[in-house]
Amino acid sequence: MIKGVGNIFKNGMFQDNPVFRQILGICSALAVTNLLINSFAMSLGLIFVTSFSSLTVSLLRNHTPGHLRMMVQTLIISAYVIIVDIVLKAYFPAMSTALGPYVGLIITNCIIMGRCEAYAQNNKPLPSFLDGVASGIGYMFVLMAIALFREFLGFGSFFGFAIMGEGWTNWVFMIMPPGAFFMLGILIWVANTYIPAKEETKGGAQ
Amino acid sequence: MELNPITILIASIFTSNMILANFLGMCSFIAVSKEIKTSLGLGQAVTFVLTGTSVINYLIYTYLLEPYGLEYLRFIVFIITIAAFVQLVEMIIERYVPTLYYSLGIFLPLITVNCAILGVSLFLIIRDYSLLQSLTFGIGSGIGWTLAIVALAGIRQKIKNAPVPKGLQGAGITLIITGLMALAFIGLSGVASIQ
Repeated sequence: MIKGVGNIFKNGMFQDNPVFRQILGICSALAVTNLLINSFAMSLGLIFVTSFSSLTVSLLRNHTPGHLRMMVQTLIISAYVIIVDIVLKAYFPAMSTALGPYVGLIITNCIIMGRCEAYAQNNKPLPSFLDGVASGIGYMFVLMAIALFREFLGFGSFFGFAIMGEGWTNWVFMIMPPGAFFMLGILIWVANTYIPAKEETKGGAQ
Repeated sequence: MELNPITILIASIFTSNMILANFLGMCSFIAVSKEIKTSLGLGQAVTFVLTGTSVINYLIYTYLLEPYGLEYLRFIVFIITIAAFVQLVEMIIERYVPTLYYSLGIFLPLITVNCAILGVSLFLIIRDYSLLQSLTFGIGSGIGWTLAIVALAGIRQKIKNAPVPKGLQGAGITLIITGLMALAFIGLSGVASIQ
Protein backbone atom coordinates (compact mmCIF):
# COMPACT_ATOMS: atom_id res chain seq x y z
CA MET A 1 0.00 0.00 0.00
CA ILE A 2 2.76 2.43 1.01
CA LYS A 3 4.72 1.56 -2.09
CA GLY A 4 1.59 2.06 -4.19
CA VAL A 5 1.12 5.54 -2.77
CA GLY A 6 4.76 6.34 -3.43
CA ASN A 7 4.36 5.25 -7.02
CA ILE A 8 1.26 7.34 -7.55
CA PHE A 9 3.11 10.44 -6.37
CA LYS A 10 6.25 9.66 -8.35
CA ASN A 11 4.25 9.20 -11.53
CA GLY A 12 2.08 12.26 -11.01
CA MET A 13 4.98 14.53 -10.21
CA PHE A 14 7.72 13.42 -12.56
CA GLN A 15 7.30 10.56 -14.97
CA ASP A 16 3.73 11.30 -16.01
CA ASN A 17 3.79 14.96 -15.09
CA PRO A 18 0.63 16.38 -16.64
CA VAL A 19 2.21 19.57 -17.96
CA PHE A 20 5.52 18.71 -19.52
CA ARG A 21 4.95 15.03 -20.18
CA GLN A 22 1.35 14.95 -21.34
CA ILE A 23 1.04 18.61 -22.44
CA LEU A 24 -2.24 19.00 -20.58
CA GLY A 25 -3.59 22.08 -18.89
CA ILE A 26 -1.04 24.48 -20.29
CA CYS A 27 -3.51 27.34 -20.92
CA SER A 28 -3.50 28.30 -17.28
CA ALA A 29 0.09 27.21 -16.80
CA LEU A 30 1.03 30.01 -19.19
CA ALA A 31 -1.49 32.62 -18.16
CA VAL A 32 -1.01 32.91 -14.40
CA THR A 33 2.74 32.38 -14.12
CA ASN A 34 3.85 36.01 -14.24
CA LEU A 35 3.79 36.14 -10.43
CA LEU A 36 4.63 33.38 -7.94
CA ILE A 37 1.72 34.22 -5.67
CA ASN A 38 -0.82 33.92 -8.51
CA SER A 39 0.59 30.55 -9.54
CA PHE A 40 0.46 29.37 -5.96
CA ALA A 41 -3.22 30.28 -5.55
CA MET A 42 -4.10 28.76 -8.92
CA SER A 43 -2.28 25.51 -8.06
CA LEU A 44 -4.02 25.18 -4.71
CA GLY A 45 -7.37 25.63 -6.46
CA LEU A 46 -6.44 23.03 -9.03
CA ILE A 47 -5.22 20.50 -6.44
CA PHE A 48 -8.52 20.90 -4.59
CA VAL A 49 -10.63 20.44 -7.72
CA THR A 50 -8.60 17.53 -9.15
CA SER A 51 -8.49 15.55 -5.92
CA PHE A 52 -12.12 15.98 -4.94
CA SER A 53 -13.55 15.50 -8.41
CA SER A 54 -11.46 12.31 -8.77
CA LEU A 55 -12.83 11.16 -5.44
CA THR A 56 -16.43 11.91 -6.42
CA VAL A 57 -16.12 10.37 -9.86
CA SER A 58 -14.64 7.27 -8.29
CA LEU A 59 -17.43 7.02 -5.70
CA LEU A 60 -20.06 7.30 -8.41
CA ARG A 61 -18.26 5.13 -10.95
CA ASN A 62 -20.55 2.13 -10.53
CA HIS A 63 -23.71 4.22 -10.79
CA THR A 64 -22.83 6.30 -13.85
CA PRO A 65 -24.15 5.07 -17.19
CA GLY A 66 -21.29 4.85 -19.69
CA HIS A 67 -22.69 7.19 -22.32
CA LEU A 68 -23.41 9.93 -19.77
CA ARG A 69 -20.08 9.81 -17.98
CA MET A 70 -18.48 12.83 -19.69
CA MET A 71 -21.46 14.97 -18.80
CA VAL A 72 -21.48 13.75 -15.21
CA GLN A 73 -17.74 14.39 -14.87
CA THR A 74 -18.07 17.90 -16.27
CA LEU A 75 -20.87 18.72 -13.84
CA ILE A 76 -18.90 17.36 -10.87
CA ILE A 77 -15.86 19.41 -11.88
CA SER A 78 -17.94 22.56 -12.41
CA ALA A 79 -19.45 22.21 -8.96
CA TYR A 80 -16.01 22.14 -7.31
CA VAL A 81 -14.78 25.03 -9.44
CA ILE A 82 -17.76 27.09 -8.29
CA ILE A 83 -16.72 26.40 -4.69
CA VAL A 84 -13.18 27.61 -5.44
CA ASP A 85 -14.51 30.71 -7.19
CA ILE A 86 -16.86 31.64 -4.35
CA VAL A 87 -14.18 31.11 -1.68
CA LEU A 88 -11.70 33.26 -3.63
CA LYS A 89 -14.28 36.02 -4.15
CA ALA A 90 -15.26 36.02 -0.48
CA TYR A 91 -11.86 35.83 1.21
CA PHE A 92 -9.30 36.91 -1.40
CA PRO A 93 -11.05 39.43 -3.68
CA ALA A 94 -7.74 40.83 -4.97
CA MET A 95 -6.57 37.36 -6.00
CA SER A 96 -9.93 36.69 -7.62
CA THR A 97 -9.54 39.78 -9.83
CA ALA A 98 -5.95 38.94 -10.68
CA LEU A 99 -6.81 35.42 -11.84
CA GLY A 100 -9.91 36.68 -13.69
CA PRO A 101 -11.49 34.15 -16.00
CA TYR A 102 -8.76 31.59 -15.43
CA VAL A 103 -10.44 30.31 -12.26
CA GLY A 104 -13.51 29.37 -14.31
CA LEU A 105 -11.25 27.85 -16.91
CA ILE A 106 -10.16 25.20 -14.42
CA ILE A 107 -13.28 23.40 -15.71
CA THR A 108 -11.78 22.96 -19.16
CA ASN A 109 -8.35 22.19 -17.75
CA CYS A 110 -7.69 18.85 -19.40
CA ILE A 111 -5.68 17.56 -16.42
CA ILE A 112 -8.79 17.07 -14.31
CA MET A 113 -10.89 15.46 -17.00
CA GLY A 114 -7.87 13.37 -17.97
CA ARG A 115 -7.36 12.00 -14.47
CA CYS A 116 -11.09 11.32 -13.99
CA GLU A 117 -11.25 9.48 -17.27
CA ALA A 118 -7.94 7.62 -17.10
CA TYR A 119 -7.75 6.78 -13.42
CA ALA A 120 -10.74 7.56 -11.21
CA GLN A 121 -13.19 5.83 -13.51
CA ASN A 122 -11.53 2.46 -12.86
CA ASN A 123 -10.09 2.73 -9.36
CA LYS A 124 -11.17 2.85 -5.74
CA PRO A 125 -11.92 6.23 -4.12
CA LEU A 126 -8.81 6.59 -1.95
CA PRO A 127 -6.17 5.90 -4.63
CA SER A 128 -8.15 8.16 -6.99
CA PHE A 129 -8.06 10.97 -4.46
CA LEU A 130 -4.30 10.54 -4.03
CA ASP A 131 -3.82 10.38 -7.79
CA GLY A 132 -5.67 13.68 -8.08
CA VAL A 133 -3.47 15.25 -5.41
CA ALA A 134 -0.32 13.90 -7.11
CA SER A 135 -1.27 15.27 -10.53
CA GLY A 136 -2.18 18.57 -8.93
CA ILE A 137 1.19 18.74 -7.20
CA GLY A 138 2.93 17.88 -10.46
CA TYR A 139 1.10 20.81 -12.05
CA MET A 140 2.00 23.08 -9.15
CA PHE A 141 5.63 22.09 -9.42
CA VAL A 142 5.80 23.17 -13.07
CA LEU A 143 3.84 26.38 -12.46
CA MET A 144 6.09 27.42 -9.60
CA ALA A 145 9.20 26.68 -11.65
CA ILE A 146 7.98 28.84 -14.55
CA ALA A 147 6.75 31.59 -12.24
CA LEU A 148 10.01 31.62 -10.29
CA PHE A 149 11.98 32.51 -13.41
CA ARG A 150 9.39 34.85 -14.88
CA GLU A 151 8.95 36.84 -11.69
CA PHE A 152 12.66 36.91 -10.98
CA LEU A 153 13.62 38.11 -14.45
CA GLY A 154 10.54 40.25 -15.04
CA PHE A 155 10.31 42.07 -11.72
CA GLY A 156 13.57 41.13 -9.95
CA SER A 157 11.55 39.83 -7.03
CA PHE A 158 10.60 36.64 -5.19
CA PHE A 159 7.01 36.33 -3.93
CA GLY A 160 6.73 40.11 -4.25
CA PHE A 161 9.93 40.95 -2.30
CA ALA A 162 12.46 42.86 -4.35
CA ILE A 163 15.72 40.95 -4.05
CA MET A 164 17.82 42.43 -6.82
CA GLY A 165 18.37 45.97 -5.54
CA GLU A 166 18.72 49.19 -7.52
CA GLY A 167 20.93 48.17 -10.40
CA TRP A 168 18.56 45.52 -11.76
CA THR A 169 16.82 46.11 -15.06
CA ASN A 170 13.48 44.32 -15.44
CA TRP A 171 13.10 42.05 -18.44
CA VAL A 172 9.68 43.37 -19.46
CA PHE A 173 9.65 40.70 -22.13
CA MET A 174 9.35 37.98 -19.46
CA ILE A 175 6.08 39.35 -18.09
CA MET A 176 4.52 39.50 -21.54
CA PRO A 177 3.03 36.42 -23.25
CA PRO A 178 6.10 35.46 -25.36
CA GLY A 179 8.15 35.04 -22.18
CA ALA A 180 5.67 32.44 -20.97
CA PHE A 181 5.86 30.46 -24.21
CA PHE A 182 9.67 30.48 -24.19
CA MET A 183 9.89 29.48 -20.52
CA LEU A 184 7.55 26.53 -20.92
CA GLY A 185 9.28 25.44 -24.12
CA ILE A 186 12.67 25.49 -22.40
CA LEU A 187 11.30 23.69 -19.36
CA ILE A 188 9.88 20.90 -21.53
CA TRP A 189 13.25 20.64 -23.22
CA VAL A 190 15.07 20.30 -19.88
CA ALA A 191 12.51 17.80 -18.59
CA ASN A 192 12.68 15.64 -21.70
CA THR A 193 16.46 15.60 -21.49
CA TYR A 194 16.92 14.86 -17.79
CA ILE A 195 13.85 12.92 -16.65
CA PRO A 196 13.90 9.50 -18.29
CA ALA A 197 10.68 8.44 -19.98
CA LYS A 198 8.98 5.33 -18.67
CA GLU A 199 9.26 2.10 -20.63
CA GLU A 200 5.55 1.80 -21.26
CA THR A 201 2.96 4.49 -20.73
CA LYS A 202 -0.13 3.30 -18.98
CA GLY A 203 -3.45 5.01 -19.46
CA GLY A 204 -2.23 8.41 -20.61
CA ALA A 205 -5.14 10.78 -21.05
CA GLN A 206 -6.50 11.35 -24.53
CA MET B 1 -16.72 52.29 -21.09
CA GLU B 2 -18.10 52.24 -24.61
CA LEU B 3 -15.92 50.49 -27.12
CA ASN B 4 -16.73 50.50 -30.78
CA PRO B 5 -17.66 46.93 -31.84
CA ILE B 6 -15.33 47.29 -34.83
CA THR B 7 -12.46 48.11 -32.47
CA ILE B 8 -13.25 44.98 -30.51
CA LEU B 9 -13.26 42.94 -33.70
CA ILE B 10 -9.85 44.20 -34.82
CA ALA B 11 -8.37 44.00 -31.33
CA SER B 12 -9.54 40.45 -30.70
CA ILE B 13 -8.00 39.30 -33.99
CA PHE B 14 -4.62 41.00 -33.64
CA THR B 15 -3.75 42.54 -30.30
CA SER B 16 -5.76 40.46 -27.82
CA ASN B 17 -5.46 37.27 -29.80
CA MET B 18 -6.95 34.37 -27.85
CA ILE B 19 -3.86 32.18 -28.13
CA LEU B 20 -0.99 34.61 -28.38
CA ALA B 21 -2.10 37.05 -25.69
CA ASN B 22 -4.53 35.09 -23.51
CA PHE B 23 -3.21 31.52 -23.89
CA LEU B 24 -6.67 30.07 -24.47
CA GLY B 25 -7.26 26.94 -26.51
CA MET B 26 -3.66 25.76 -26.25
CA CYS B 27 -4.39 22.03 -26.02
CA SER B 28 -5.84 21.61 -29.48
CA PHE B 29 -3.57 24.38 -30.75
CA ILE B 30 -0.52 22.20 -30.07
CA ALA B 31 -2.15 18.88 -30.95
CA VAL B 32 -3.88 19.72 -34.24
CA SER B 33 -1.45 22.19 -35.80
CA LYS B 34 0.48 19.65 -37.85
CA GLU B 35 -1.17 20.40 -41.20
CA ILE B 36 -2.59 23.57 -42.69
CA LYS B 37 -5.72 21.88 -44.02
CA THR B 38 -6.87 20.33 -40.74
CA SER B 39 -5.95 23.49 -38.84
CA LEU B 40 -8.13 25.53 -41.15
CA GLY B 41 -11.01 23.09 -40.64
CA LEU B 42 -10.71 23.25 -36.88
CA GLY B 43 -10.37 27.03 -37.05
CA GLN B 44 -13.61 27.37 -39.00
CA ALA B 45 -15.47 25.13 -36.59
CA VAL B 46 -14.13 27.09 -33.61
CA THR B 47 -15.09 30.44 -35.17
CA PHE B 48 -18.58 29.20 -35.85
CA VAL B 49 -19.13 27.79 -32.36
CA LEU B 50 -17.55 30.86 -30.71
CA THR B 51 -19.87 33.23 -32.54
CA GLY B 52 -22.95 31.22 -31.59
CA THR B 53 -22.07 30.50 -27.97
CA SER B 54 -20.88 34.03 -27.14
CA VAL B 55 -24.27 35.44 -28.18
CA ILE B 56 -26.30 32.68 -26.50
CA ASN B 57 -24.30 32.85 -23.28
CA TYR B 58 -24.60 36.64 -23.23
CA LEU B 59 -28.38 36.41 -23.56
CA ILE B 60 -28.68 33.68 -20.92
CA TYR B 61 -26.49 35.56 -18.49
CA THR B 62 -28.20 38.93 -18.95
CA TYR B 63 -31.82 37.78 -19.07
CA LEU B 64 -31.86 34.63 -16.94
CA LEU B 65 -28.99 34.50 -14.46
CA GLU B 66 -28.53 38.17 -13.53
CA PRO B 67 -32.19 39.08 -12.78
CA TYR B 68 -32.49 36.14 -10.41
CA GLY B 69 -29.11 36.58 -8.71
CA LEU B 70 -27.79 33.24 -9.99
CA GLU B 71 -24.44 34.55 -11.32
CA TYR B 72 -22.53 31.88 -9.42
CA LEU B 73 -24.14 29.20 -11.60
CA ARG B 74 -22.56 30.68 -14.73
CA PHE B 75 -19.79 28.08 -15.07
CA ILE B 76 -22.20 25.16 -15.14
CA VAL B 77 -24.71 26.95 -17.37
CA PHE B 78 -22.06 28.09 -19.86
CA ILE B 79 -20.48 24.66 -20.17
CA ILE B 80 -23.87 23.04 -20.71
CA THR B 81 -24.79 25.64 -23.33
CA ILE B 82 -21.54 25.03 -25.16
CA ALA B 83 -21.93 21.24 -25.08
CA ALA B 84 -25.55 21.48 -26.23
CA PHE B 85 -24.72 23.98 -28.98
CA VAL B 86 -21.92 21.80 -30.33
CA GLN B 87 -24.20 18.76 -30.30
CA LEU B 88 -26.97 20.67 -32.07
CA VAL B 89 -24.63 22.08 -34.71
CA GLU B 90 -23.25 18.61 -35.31
CA MET B 91 -26.74 17.18 -35.88
CA ILE B 92 -27.89 20.02 -38.14
CA ILE B 93 -24.76 19.94 -40.26
CA GLU B 94 -24.90 16.16 -40.56
CA ARG B 95 -28.51 16.32 -41.72
CA TYR B 96 -28.40 19.24 -44.15
CA VAL B 97 -24.79 19.86 -45.22
CA PRO B 98 -23.14 16.43 -45.29
CA THR B 99 -20.07 17.66 -47.18
CA LEU B 100 -19.35 20.22 -44.47
CA TYR B 101 -19.98 17.52 -41.87
CA TYR B 102 -17.27 15.34 -43.29
CA SER B 103 -14.74 18.14 -43.24
CA LEU B 104 -15.66 19.57 -39.80
CA GLY B 105 -17.21 16.51 -38.20
CA ILE B 106 -14.23 15.09 -36.36
CA PHE B 107 -13.36 18.49 -34.87
CA LEU B 108 -16.73 19.32 -33.41
CA PRO B 109 -16.58 17.09 -30.29
CA LEU B 110 -13.08 18.43 -29.59
CA ILE B 111 -14.44 21.94 -29.38
CA THR B 112 -16.50 21.40 -26.23
CA VAL B 113 -13.30 21.15 -24.21
CA ASN B 114 -11.52 23.97 -26.02
CA CYS B 115 -10.87 26.56 -23.34
CA ALA B 116 -11.12 29.40 -25.84
CA ILE B 117 -14.88 28.91 -26.09
CA LEU B 118 -15.55 29.05 -22.35
CA GLY B 119 -12.88 31.74 -21.99
CA VAL B 120 -14.59 34.10 -24.44
CA SER B 121 -17.90 33.71 -22.62
CA LEU B 122 -16.24 34.47 -19.29
CA PHE B 123 -14.31 37.44 -20.70
CA LEU B 124 -17.40 39.09 -22.10
CA ILE B 125 -19.12 38.88 -18.72
CA ILE B 126 -16.09 40.26 -16.88
CA ARG B 127 -15.64 43.11 -19.38
CA ASP B 128 -19.34 43.99 -19.36
CA TYR B 129 -19.91 43.89 -23.11
CA SER B 130 -23.22 44.67 -24.84
CA LEU B 131 -24.87 42.22 -27.25
CA LEU B 132 -23.25 43.71 -30.35
CA GLN B 133 -19.87 43.89 -28.64
CA SER B 134 -20.19 40.26 -27.58
CA LEU B 135 -21.00 39.24 -31.14
CA THR B 136 -17.98 40.98 -32.65
CA PHE B 137 -15.78 39.75 -29.80
CA GLY B 138 -16.88 36.18 -30.55
CA ILE B 139 -16.27 36.49 -34.29
CA GLY B 140 -12.96 38.29 -33.83
CA SER B 141 -11.65 35.78 -31.31
CA GLY B 142 -12.54 32.94 -33.66
CA ILE B 143 -10.80 34.55 -36.61
CA GLY B 144 -7.79 35.35 -34.46
CA TRP B 145 -7.59 31.76 -33.24
CA THR B 146 -7.82 30.46 -36.82
CA LEU B 147 -5.14 32.89 -37.96
CA ALA B 148 -2.76 31.76 -35.23
CA ILE B 149 -3.28 28.00 -35.72
CA VAL B 150 -2.99 28.18 -39.52
CA ALA B 151 0.18 30.28 -39.26
CA LEU B 152 1.65 27.81 -36.78
CA ALA B 153 0.75 24.85 -38.99
CA GLY B 154 2.48 26.55 -41.91
CA ILE B 155 5.66 27.03 -39.90
CA ARG B 156 5.56 23.47 -38.54
CA GLN B 157 5.31 22.06 -42.05
CA LYS B 158 8.42 24.05 -43.00
CA ILE B 159 10.51 22.84 -40.05
CA LYS B 160 9.56 19.19 -40.51
CA ASN B 161 13.02 18.37 -41.86
CA ALA B 162 14.98 20.78 -39.70
CA PRO B 163 17.49 19.31 -37.21
CA VAL B 164 15.70 20.13 -33.95
CA PRO B 165 17.46 18.92 -30.75
CA LYS B 166 15.97 15.67 -29.50
CA GLY B 167 14.39 16.86 -26.25
CA LEU B 168 12.91 19.88 -27.96
CA GLN B 169 11.03 18.01 -30.67
CA GLY B 170 7.26 18.12 -30.66
CA ALA B 171 5.70 20.31 -27.99
CA GLY B 172 8.90 22.12 -27.00
CA ILE B 173 9.74 23.59 -30.39
CA THR B 174 6.06 24.35 -31.00
CA LEU B 175 5.94 26.46 -27.86
CA ILE B 176 9.10 28.32 -28.84
CA ILE B 177 7.63 29.05 -32.30
CA THR B 178 4.44 30.24 -30.66
CA GLY B 179 6.53 32.52 -28.48
CA LEU B 180 8.15 34.05 -31.57
CA MET B 181 4.71 34.51 -33.15
CA ALA B 182 3.43 36.19 -29.99
CA LEU B 183 6.44 38.48 -30.10
CA ALA B 184 5.61 39.41 -33.69
CA PHE B 185 1.98 40.12 -32.81
CA ILE B 186 3.06 42.47 -30.01
CA GLY B 187 4.38 44.66 -32.80
CA LEU B 188 0.74 45.30 -33.76
CA SER B 189 -0.27 46.46 -30.29
CA GLY B 190 -0.66 50.08 -31.39
CA VAL B 191 -3.49 49.19 -33.81
CA ALA B 192 -6.30 48.76 -31.30
CA SER B 193 -6.56 48.07 -27.61
CA ILE B 194 -9.36 46.67 -25.47
CA GLN B 195 -7.69 45.99 -22.14
